[in-house]
Amino acid sequence: MKHLTASAVLVAAVLTGGSVAAEPQAEVLHWWTSGGEAKSVALLQEEFAGRGGTWIDMPVAGGGGDAAMTALRARVLARNPPTAVQLKGPAIQEWYEEGALADISGVAEEQHWADVLPESIAAHMKCDGHWCAAPVNVHRVDFIWANAAILEQNGIKMPTTWEEFNAAAEKLKAAGVTPLAHGGQAWQDATVFETVVLGIGGSAFYRKALVDLDPETLTSDTMKAVFDEMRILRGFVDSNFSGRDWNLATAMVMNGEAAFQIMGDWAKGEFPAAGKKPGKDFLCAPTPGQGFLYNVDSFAMFNVEGEDKKQGQNLLAELIVGPSFQETFNLNKGSIPVRTDVSLDKFDMCAHLSAGDMAAAAKSGSLLPSYAHGMALRGAQAGAITDVVTAHFNSDMTSEDAVKMLAEAIANSM
Amino acid sequence: MADWLERHVPKIIVAPTFAAVLVFVYGFIGWTAWVSLTRSRLLPNYEFDGFIQYERLFEAARWYTAMNNLYIFGALFIVLSMIIGLGLAILLDQRIRAEGVLRTIYLYPMALSMIVTGIAWKWILNPGLGLESMVKGWGFESFSFNWLVDPKMAIFTVVLAAVWQASGFVMALFLAGLRSVDEEIIKAAQVDGIPTWRIYTAIIIPSMTPIFLSAFIVLVHLAIKSFDLIIALTGGGPGYATDMPATYMYTMAFSRGNLGQAASSAVVMMMVVFAIIVPYLYSELRAKYD
Repeated sequence: MKHLTASAVLVAAVLTGGSVAAEPQAEVLHWWTSGGEAKSVALLQEEFAGRGGTWIDMPVAGGGGDAAMTALRARVLARNPPTAVQLKGPAIQEWYEEGALADISGVAEEQHWADVLPESIAAHMKCDGHWCAAPVNVHRVDFIWANAAILEQNGIKMPTTWEEFNAAAEKLKAAGVTPLAHGGQAWQDATVFETVVLGIGGSAFYRKALVDLDPETLTSDTMKAVFDEMRILRGFVDSNFSGRDWNLATAMVMNGEAAFQIMGDWAKGEFPAAGKKPGKDFLCAPTPGQGFLYNVDSFAMFNVEGEDKKQGQNLLAELIVGPSFQETFNLNKGSIPVRTDVSLDKFDMCAHLSAGDMAAAAKSGSLLPSYAHGMALRGAQAGAITDVVTAHFNSDMTSEDAVKMLAEAIANSM
Repeated sequence: MADWLERHVPKIIVAPTFAAVLVFVYGFIGWTAWVSLTRSRLLPNYEFDGFIQYERLFEAARWYTAMNNLYIFGALFIVLSMIIGLGLAILLDQRIRAEGVLRTIYLYPMALSMIVTGIAWKWILNPGLGLESMVKGWGFESFSFNWLVDPKMAIFTVVLAAVWQASGFVMALFLAGLRSVDEEIIKAAQVDGIPTWRIYTAIIIPSMTPIFLSAFIVLVHLAIKSFDLIIALTGGGPGYATDMPATYMYTMAFSRGNLGQAASSAVVMMMVVFAIIVPYLYSELRAKYD
């Protein structure tokens, strides 16, 4: 590994040495390389070029961003970082603490970002009070998807509490339908877990447990109840779930092999691709409980030298948060605009539901960062929780042991 | 001048490689050891902070699972590959027809990358796609073979795939060893009327000790650095039931931005390798000087 990193530094240094140009220039490191995401990035490139800029694309696919982070590390160590990097949540703060991020307050104030972004999301984009990142979209994580025909056949309404969900799932199981489509990958287990934490504990509990990591909350009876529910959910999953990708689980709901899936709104993109319509063939609803778990993609702006690069950085930030890109990008990606002033006319009913709930949650203080998608916690702590969640879900561990392990793992990762 | 050259040219030619090995192998081992004594997160920092990373490492349930898996996997993989490899070699050694073809068939898995092996076995062992569903399709409804998705048994599927891949190679090693045993001794034993199984256990196998050692060393390092097979076959799952030290290190370094922790696990892995290699080197060197 050491060899690899060292040679990556060398290669990166050689490849990017000496580029001089007068017009705005931006080198963008991202891992949006497939389907709708790639299309969305191409749009941004076009807009950027239309304003006279030169876009240097640096897509690094693989490992859900792991590969890109490795490349980024090499570039930062070589003191030659890209202009903008697809980063999110606390990772932005981590890079800021390494002294790698730039201040883009100028463009942010000129564009009045503070007026159009929800406050809790804007907080992620600031480093020590100044703006250092530009948000792209809002994914809602706590969505539950259902096959409309199956629910109708079995006389089931969309559940609004976990008790209702359990009752509905028992009924489906008796009817020979897999109640919950799920893929046994650690992050998917974590996704379900955080929606259960929100649903059973409520938004204040969620914040204390998964944002503040309060030890008493983590070992409380409510947390035990959360793990009890996870054990019940384990019983609603088919026997073949281990290692299944999330989109295959979505396909199970689409094809009528399973009734429900708990997954963020990126799952929505799968349905229209198969000719299914929201509200008719499939239903979308928030998972049981009150609140809104967001997963916001953003671009962190790195310290670059040279007027052309700084101009490119500002132009990029302006375009990313600009209304036209917000609309087209999010239509492609299945998420909703992070700006609250973008018209939602072209969006579908699930996006409308999501946007309405986001506004309401922002008012009531239940607009919360998703832990499973790296918005609430740093990598080490989030990983420690995921280890426990997935170990519990995939074994016969008791809820008592699980909360004990959870508190220990958190303490061990600090 | 010519004299001087003759004496020094070999040293001059070897020097760059030597320097490269010194920096890129031993230098980076030292660097990793240093980072393991710091609280490095995303980027390395060089502020000494004691053995905190090692304390954390040995308190982490996941690391415990990883080490445990390494022992289970290592022991079973080495022993089974050796037994199957030796068995195949002895059977092939019986001057049978089409030996060349058979040998190639058994050796062929070694030509595959571990990723291919992992994915193929993942499909074979997947209860909904592979063996289980096939046997059920034949009408044996109660048949169940779900090791891959059972956290307690999943590590054995890794053993299965790895043994399948490596035993052909071990067979080739042993076959060469069997063939190198002096024919005369075997003939003499046959003349004395000693049964074939006794010839193997008392003469041929004992004379193959060096081959056993070579096979052992090759298999041990395959076991310790096994990474790609885990990633392709189980992805470390279910949960982290099939995590290994190498996958643990990768996760810490590259997914979780915890370089200090990753470095400490790398150092412990190196210690494990040393614990095996040093006695071997010691015995080798001593044998030479005796």
